[in-house]
Amino acid sequence: MNGDSACAEGALAAGCRFFAGYPITPATEIAEQMAKRLPEVGGVFIQMEDEIAAMAAVLGASCAGTKSMTATSGPGFSLMMENIGLGITMETPCVVVNVQRAGPSTGLPTLGAQGDMMQARWGSHGHYEIIALAPASPQEFFYQTITAFNLSETYRLPVMIMADEVVGHLCERVIIPDPSKIRLQSRPRPKGRKDRFKPFHPGSNGVAPMAHAGEGYLVHFTGLTHDEKGYPVMTAEAHSEMVSRITEKIRANLSKIIQVEEYRLEDADVALISYGISSRSSLAAVDEARQQGMKAGLLRLVTVWPFPDDAIRELAKRVRCLITVELNLGQIHMEVERCAGGMAPALLVGHAGGTVITPAQILEKMLVGSGRG
Amino acid sequence: MSNNRSPKHPLDNILRTDRIPHIWCPGCGIGTAFSSSLIAIQSARADLTKTVVVSGIGCSGRGAGYVKLDSYHTTHGRAIPFATGMKLANPELTLVVFSGDGDLFAIGGNHFLHAARRNMDLTVICVNNFNYGMTGGQAAATTPNMAKTSTTPLGNPELPFNLPLLAYAAGATYVARWTMLHTRDLTQSIGEALARRGFSFIEVLAPCPTGYGRRNRQKPIDSLKIYQEKTIVKNGANPAEVILDFKQGITLGKFVEYDKPTFSEAYERICRPRAS
Repeated sequence: MNGDSACAEGALAAGCRFFAGYPITPATEIAEQMAKRLPEVGGVFIQMEDEIAAMAAVLGASCAGTKSMTATSGPGFSLMMENIGLGITMETPCVVVNVQRAGPSTGLPTLGAQGDMMQARWGSHGHYEIIALAPASPQEFFYQTITAFNLSETYRLPVMIMADEVVGHLCERVIIPDPSKIRLQSRPRPKGRKDRFKPFHPGSNGVAPMAHAGEGYLVHFTGLTHDEKGYPVMTAEAHSEMVSRITEKIRANLSKIIQVEEYRLEDADVALISYGISSRSSLAAVDEARQQGMKAGLLRLVTVWPFPDDAIRELAKRVRCLITVELNLGQIHMEVERCAGGMAPALLVGHAGGTVITPAQILEKMLVGSGRG
Repeated sequence: MSNNRSPKHPLDNILRTDRIPHIWCPGCGIGTAFSSSLIAIQSARADLTKTVVVSGIGCSGRGAGYVKLDSYHTTHGRAIPFATGMKLANPELTLVVFSGDGDLFAIGGNHFLHAARRNMDLTVICVNNFNYGMTGGQAAATTPNMAKTSTTPLGNPELPFNLPLLAYAAGATYVARWTMLHTRDLTQSIGEALARRGFSFIEVLAPCPTGYGRRNRQKPIDSLKIYQEKTIVKNGANPAEVILDFKQGITLGKFVEYDKPTFSEAYERICRPRAS
């Protein structure tokens, strides 16, 4: 099956029972699959009037206690941004899939890119933390959708899956494991007296238990700056406290959230850093470089946000150069450069999108980086 | 501190009294519309924990913050799609959207149309104060032609929506218009809307002395006089003929009430595979 369908199956396996979306290439197949499959498992699919409404409906459904998601591409992702901020502020778990196409604007609707990576990080206004994953194959798209739900439930925030058109439309074998083999997480839930419950009072891991509409807790949720009761408080102190809480619950759990994969890095002196479809070109390039006698390796970002600062720093200390491979003109590259902090030069293999990066293009840069080019 | 506490207000158990005083200005009509809504909500269901109030942004949108029910104060214009998701996720809930004209009909206009078209099971109460009050009195999609606002200092060159006509044309199955002076009719209408299935829309005209009134020589008492003297109740009136003109007259009443399948009913019947 293709990556988009694998994503939908992953969502169902994760317990997603509500999908609100709007058709957009190259993510439409996710909506189509959910339209067919959700009613079979007791869920609800609704095609909304636009992506703003889709994101709002997803938050509403999640606040009523249902695992919920939407899927889109660049233009729709832009429209969702304000309500993604609401989800962050209301600490509402949900999954947002972006099957990236080449932008800006309408761009190349049918061709892949990885140009929305910084938008995923900072696209909604204000300061916050986000979690974003990047699948490199349909099988990984399946598993990452489950992971995304688990992370969103554990930390109570919208989690993004930053796929790309190539992975979304690529057809490969996808194994769907027996449900008993899949570990699922649910949001923390309140205990004790309902009248004393404070909906934004954090538990031990920094995450507050979540009461749903209709359970008798009589909660108030607002996008305004609020205190632990959920009541609006218009002061700098309350704002600092709230923003600290919603950023710290991620910052304090980085080791549990961040996932990277190392490939032939043990003795490498040229390290590629890549994610999504570009990491597959990078794998081929590493093998080819090794055959040519170069000590090459790859650090594949499974989670892109929060950024694996420590892994990059550690790598920068021991390699001759870092090369970021991505389908944009240098977004994650800037993060790599920041973490390298001059300890190793940071190079980029990237273009504006529309076609995958070839191993040959990467090899060329590796020769430059290793001093052989 | 004192033994002579003020007597309990009949709506105290449905209000977040710890959030009072509210933000609404003296002479504002939202409070009265809000009270009518609370009275209707209080008697609509035995189990009030299943009633949820959702609002968008603006003065009326602050209503969700004062009601002691599950309440969600969402983004500007998006209360209806948020409530849509909530209703679909838990059909047991009664969803009330309480918001203003700018929120529901300018920035959120598209969502209103589509929720009405789907006959989504929501009760939408729109406090129409003819302008954007929260931001200081700018022109809205409901501002009368030639009215002065801070963004139409020489008069509004545009024409306003006729909200009941818009709601009816989009597919709403219950449509009424009252003023905040007609509290009994208004409360009854909200009660009827809460008791039925489908998309119900109630427009409530309300004065905004701070934003609208002071620029248009309409003191709160003048607004109330208009609501008393210029209004005609015509239940069942053709929504295309329900005028709203401070000089010529204002048609009030319950204009539309009919049944058709809600989104959820149609979804269950058509999209859900039958158990064989």
